[in-house]
Order: sequence, then structure tokens, then C-alpha cells
Amino acid sequence: MTDDAPGKGAPDENGEDVTAPLLEIRGLSVSYRTRGGVVKAVRGVDLDVWPGQVTAVVGGSGSGKSTTAHAVIRLLAANGTIDAGTVRFGRHDLAALSEAELRTVRGARIGLVPQDPTVSLNPVKRVGEQVAEVLRIHGLATRRSAAAEAVAVLDRAGLPDAAVRARQYPHELSGGMRQRALIAVAIAARPALIIADEPTSALDVTVQRVILDRLQHLTEESGTAILLVTHDLGVAADRAHRLVVMEQGRVVEAGETRAVLADPQHEYTRRLLASAPSLTTARPRTPVNTSPGSAAPPDTAVPLVEARNLVKEFRLPRAGGEARTLRAVDDVSLTLRRGRTLALVGESGSGKSTTARLVLRLAEATSGQVLFDGTDVTTAGGASVRQLRRRAQLVYQNPYASLDPRFSVGEVITEPLRAFKVGDRASRLDRARELLDRVALPAATLERRPAELSGGQRQRVAIARALALSPDLVVCDEPVSALDVSVQAQVLDLLAELQADTGVAYLFISHDLAVVRQIADQVAVMRAGRVVETGPPEELFSEPRHAYTRELLAAIPGGRAPSPSTVTATVRGPL
Amino acid sequence: MRRYVVRRLAQAVGVLWAAYTVSFLVLDFLPGDPVSAMAGAGMDSGQPDPAQLARLRHEYGFDKPVLVQYAEYLGRAVRGDFGDAVSTGRPVTATLADALPQTLQLTGAALLLAVVLGGGLAVVATYTSRRWLRQLLLSLPPLGVSVPTFWVGLLLVEAFSFELRWFPAFGNDGLRGLVLPALTLAVPTGAQVAQVLAKSLLTALDQPYVETARAKGAGRWRVHLRHALRNASLPALTVVGLLVGQLIAGSVVVETVFSRDGLGRVTAAAVTTQDIPLVQGVVVFGALIFVATNLLVDLVYPLLDPRIVVAPDRRAGFA
Repeated sequence: MTDDAPGKGAPDENGEDVTAPLLEIRGLSVSYRTRGGVVKAVRGVDLDVWPGQVTAVVGGSGSGKSTTAHAVIRLLAANGTIDAGTVRFGRHDLAALSEAELRTVRGARIGLVPQDPTVSLNPVKRVGEQVAEVLRIHGLATRRSAAAEAVAVLDRAGLPDAAVRARQYPHELSGGMRQRALIAVAIAARPALIIADEPTSALDVTVQRVILDRLQHLTEESGTAILLVTHDLGVAADRAHRLVVMEQGRVVEAGETRAVLADPQHEYTRRLLASAPSLTTARPRTPVNTSPGSAAPPDTAVPLVEARNLVKEFRLPRAGGEARTLRAVDDVSLTLRRGRTLALVGESGSGKSTTARLVLRLAEATSGQVLFDGTDVTTAGGASVRQLRRRAQLVYQNPYASLDPRFSVGEVITEPLRAFKVGDRASRLDRARELLDRVALPAATLERRPAELSGGQRQRVAIARALALSPDLVVCDEPVSALDVSVQAQVLDLLAELQADTGVAYLFISHDLAVVRQIADQVAVMRAGRVVETGPPEELFSEPRHAYTRELLAAIPGGRAPSPSTVTATVRGPL
Repeated sequence: MRRYVVRRLAQAVGVLWAAYTVSFLVLDFLPGDPVSAMAGAGMDSGQPDPAQLARLRHEYGFDKPVLVQYAEYLGRAVRGDFGDAVSTGRPVTATLADALPQTLQLTGAALLLAVVLGGGLAVVATYTSRRWLRQLLLSLPPLGVSVPTFWVGLLLVEAFSFELRWFPAFGNDGLRGLVLPALTLAVPTGAQVAQVLAKSLLTALDQPYVETARAKGAGRWRVHLRHALRNASLPALTVVGLLVGQLIAGSVVVETVFSRDGLGRVTAAAVTTQDIPLVQGVVVFGALIFVATNLLVDLVYPLLDPRIVVAPDRRAGFA
């Protein structure tokens, strides 16, 4: 499994044996004490990282990949313990070092790039100070020289205007810039190994690419090895020399990336490959979508939703006495037909969610028009807005936050029915049971609380709730972004199936082009409040006209997979 | 920034006015008036002369309609004149000015003790890895909040004055006389500081940036003091601002228990004799200190947390 020879050896400035792994994990077991008992998160993991190489650990949430990475430098949550195993790094077994000895390794020999850059920097300290701190702790700089060194390191991490940024506070930097600052923290002491725990999953796809490029560049430049933890097989395929696949705390497959992708041995790896949206070029769509009009009503003259020249401006806090406004949505026109899916794609801040809110009349447009089923609802009030609410529903991004934790699933699903006084208690429960069946959840779920369900199950409940009133339109705001890839595929399938059965139209918001490709009939690419390109996905993906669309497409991870043709050949469709 | 301060000052004036008005109304609703209270206290032998009382009432303006009295008092109060204390005849402002230094010493010392002891307890309790010590330390603040101040005072006097004879039991006798009253006053205050700071320290220690700091190789003290404490100090600072009001209120009990001169005792005396001008003076003065402290706290926030920008324009912003 981990016994084959290293790929290309990298120059090793630390004088270590390049023919031996830099990091050698053997039989690692980690458990967490929880209220419900002891949870074994990692069970007997073997894993090697070779000098100068990127080793990616992939798996779904709960697979133990992140715990494994953190166990290397023993930064586990307070209730986590290493039960067994060795973590050999250089000459030391990190699992057996004292806390004080370990501190000379952390930051100096092994750097960590954490998951969420928005919360991983100390908000009350200047960025430069936080980089300088590493140098100060390990005695690599004096109080005086540390500041200048920090700027140099920030520059090396790819942060533009490093000298200016160093004097700023984290909240004054964008997410991508913060992640570069955190990379600077990790590389400051020129460590031999960097542990990157989902370093880009909180970032936009184009920013993701810049960050990963930077990390890769650093590896090549200085021979630093990287242990990359990711849920995104596409990212792993692009970046890693070696791949380690984890499931339920165990390593199920490991080897050179090319070999694993081309010929996956384990059932779970195959499933992961099949459901990775970024690696599939086209999804076998449900018949109704490929042959429009079979079950959905024919394309009548009147579209379900028509937005004309929508503009939404927000007032910004005054600065220098001058009133400023932000044009979040700038002259957007869209058409969505019954039973179809229109996807809005763009990065955070591109105005896609605001556009959806305007369509749903959850926000007032500054100018422009919204027509719902031929009726102008832009300025409608009272009863007609309520009527619109009944015909247009919303599925939110985060299924953990969008379900009331005090409601039972039955109450969650029947709430729209109660709000519109549809039927009596018994008939509402019948409807809830039917809807649960629709979204493939057992009827017993009715009595359970959202907290007892997994993320995928919760999103199914949210979808059932959205469908309760048989709406004509469901706005899906990043409905699968918070879910594991394998679960993503299931939920996308479900959405397509429900559309085929009920003829509902979707306004589908996503930052993930790969997801959009699987579900949309029509795609609108948004940037800075404007729609820069629209078209059917096949066209958009094969012949993007706008430069920004091309940039987005190029940034999709998995595009640089060693042999995409071989990969897709093994893909037979989702689960 | 300047607009913010101006707006906050305007708010402060509003608070002072409200404090004045409410205390005026409450005092007016109380049965009796200061003149009869004074007469009853001063001349317990024989009946007071009704004519003399009426003359006194007229002199102080107590015979006028309430609204007129209110307008007159308020008009003078705005110019800093709170009239004369009925019981002593001395100007209210002079009485307060005499009592102030003693009380400032007491509350200042108590605040210092509360922050140092309460903050120290919170830091040690959240730092220690010994479970029993943490549990023990964290169980102290709720105890400190719930025991009555006068009882703590009596216990301290019993132990340190009567048994050990380390500190005097009463009086305004220099620094040694300050120790026991300040400690008494600091117990409930420090307990609240400790509770809030310990809670927010534990929250801060759970934040991802703490993991980043540990991954840098930072030691536990560095993580605790340089990273967590500063982030955790904001809620504690808010509480300190509010506790200043509590300290002034607490000085009434403590100064009485320890027979110390000061604002607290002036207040207690003024209330028992229904000395309306004096009570009004105390109320407005207390409100002034409270408002000033909290304005100061608000201005310190941005220094501790760069994310807080003073002078937010509330009318604008994102939907």
C-alpha cells in the first residue's frame, strides 16, 4: 500500500535521507470521548509522506482524514486522544515526544495551513505580527528583524503589497489574502512538511486555484513536502503525487495518484470517483431533461419567471462625507421557463443570491421588473406577495441551520401547509408522509428531530418542505455546497427526479460550475452584478465566449487530472 | 469619531435628565416631606410648631405645585446648583464634594481588587490542566455573587479585626482602614468579572486562531495570554463598565457596615431624612459617573479590537 518507491526525489536541504519517507505514520488510532461514548475516528492508519511530494488524503466527512492530519502534530480537540501508533518524523516519534519537545517541531519543522482562513487568524493582531510570531517563537529573528522578515515571508506566500498588508488586521483582508497570510505563517520557518487541511474549501474557485498554485510552487521551489487533506478528488487529482483514500477511519487505498485514478482497486474509491462532479464531463441525465417537454408542460409563450433589467443598489457606510452605493445587481435580465432549471453561477459577491432574492421579492429592486407567470410582481404587495410565496419556495445552502432544531421533521415539512391553512391535521400528515417518500426518506423520519439526521438527510427534508405546497418555482441557493461529494450526487439526482415528476422549475444558485453542468438547462454566468454570458451548459462549457467564463472553467479542479479520459471511462454514473 | 462622541454626550445628557426626573417623581410620591421628617428628628420633645413648619416649607419651596417645584429645581440643577441640603443647610454640591474622595478611594480600590482578583482567577482557572483546581476555582464566582455584601463585611471584620487584629473594623483610617471595606465591595464585583472572563476565555480558546497559534509552536502561556485573553477581554470590559454603577450602590452598604464617611453614608442619611435636594444630587451624580465610565469603555473598545469602528452610521449599511 505504501511500500512503493518514491516518485521523484526532491533536493533536501535538511540533510535527510531522500530515499526514506519524511513522515511515516504506522498503526495510528485516534478516538474522541463524546457524551454518547468513545468514537474511534482513526483506526490503524498507515501513511507515508515523501520529501518534496504532495500527498493527498481524500475521503468524505467523518472519514478521519482531518483527524489523521492533526494527530501528526498532536493538535487534536481536547476530547481526542492518540490510542496507538507511531508518527515518525525525521528521527523522532512525534506521538511519543513531550509537549515541550513537540513545540520545537510545530511551526519550525511542520507548518499547518488551516481550513477556514476567515477565522484562523487572531482578529486583534496585525497580520505581520502573526507571521513574525513564528520567527520569534523559534528564535529565528530578533524583535527588530522579525517585522521585516515577516513582510518578506508574506511576499513569498504570494500576498501582493506585503508591506501594506503586514500592517493591516485580518478583517481588512479578503478570504484569499488571509489564506495567503496563513500560508506565510506555515512557511515562515521553512519547515520540511506542511499540513494543509482543506486549505481552499472555504474559497472561491478562482482563488482556490491561485492558492493551490502557490502551495505547489513552494513545494517545487524549496522541496517542502505537503500533506494535503481534501474532500475534493479533483483538487487531489490535480495536485498530488500520491493519493491516500480514507473511509470510516481506515485507509482503503493508497498509491500514486495516476495509478489510483486510472485503476481504482477499492469499491469506495470507485464510488468517490463516480460522484466527484468535477471529474465527470457529463452526467447521464434523467430522460425528461434530455428530451425537453416529455413530462414538463410545453414551452408556452409565457415564461414562469422573467426578470427585466433588474438593478439593486445598497448604500455603503459614508466615508469622507460622500454617500456611496454598491451596485450588487446591475441590469440583469433572465428568463426561466416552467419545468426547467436556470443556473446562476459566479463567485461570492457576484450578485447571484441577491438576484434570487429580488425574484422572490425578499428584497426590493432599485429598478427593473420581475414578472411571475406573466404578472408583474415588482411592486406587488400584501395578498399578491403572499400568493407568490405560495408558488415560489426556497432551499437554503446550509441544512444544519435552515431547519428549526425544536421542530420534528413532520412539523418542519407541514409548516408551509399550516401557514397557508391547507387541509386539516390528518391530511397534512399524509402529505408529509408522501413527501418523505418522494425524497426517499423512511416514514419513521417524521417523528425525528433535525439533529438526528445527517446533512444529506436534512437537505432532503428541506426539499420536501419546499415542495409541500406544490410550488411552480424552487430557488435552490447552493443546495449541495455543504454536503459531501457522494451525498451531493444523490441530492442532485433527487432534484432532477422531482422536476421530472412535478414539473417544478428551479432557479439554481451555485459557485460550482461542475455541479451546474449536471443540473441546468440554461446557465447565466454572473460577475460583479452583471450577467456576462448565458447559454445552455453544453455550449457554455465547450465554447465559452466570455473571458471570465473561460477563467472559471479553467479553475475547476480535476481539469489537470493525469488522465481524464481514463477516469471518465471508468465512470458509469452516480451510485 | 467626533460625531460619535458628541452623539454619546447628548445621550448622556438625556440619561441624566431621566435620572433626575424619575428620582424627583419617586421622592414626591413618598408620604411626608423633609421638613416634617427633620422636625420629627430634631425636636422629639414636644410638638413642632405648625407655623414654623409652614415657614420652613415655604422657604424651601415645598408648598408650591409639584410641576413648579420640578421646573425650578431642574432649572437650577442645569446650572450646577442643587440647592441646600435640608438636614444640614449646607449646599448639596459641597456636601457631595466633601464625601467624594473617600468613596472614590473605596470604589477605586474595590474595582482594582475586583479586576485583579477576578481576572486572575479566571485566567488561572482556564489555564490549569488540573480538573479539580479548575472546578474549585470556577465554583467560587457564583458563590461570591450570591452571598450578601453586608454578611461578607461582617465575616471579614470578625476574622481580620476582632480575631487577628490586622485591620481596623471601622473608620476612614488611611490605607489600613481601606483594606476590609474595599475587599468586601470587591467580592461580588470581582466574582462577576471572573464569571464573564472565564466564560469568554473558554470560548476564545476554542477558536480556530488558537489552533493556528499552537501550530506555530507557541507555548500555553503565550496562547493563553497573548491570543485568547485579549480577545476575551471585551465582554469582561463591558461588565466592568456596568459594575461601576454597582460599586457606587454597594458603597451605601459597605460604608454603613464599616462606619466610613463617604457618598454612601450621605446617601443613606439623605434617604432616611427625605432630604430631597441631597438625594437628587446623589442620584444625578451617580448617573454622571456611570455614564462617563461607560462612554470611556466604549471608547476603549476600538483599541482592544480593531474590528470595532467607532461612529457606525446606523442609517446606512447592507440589507
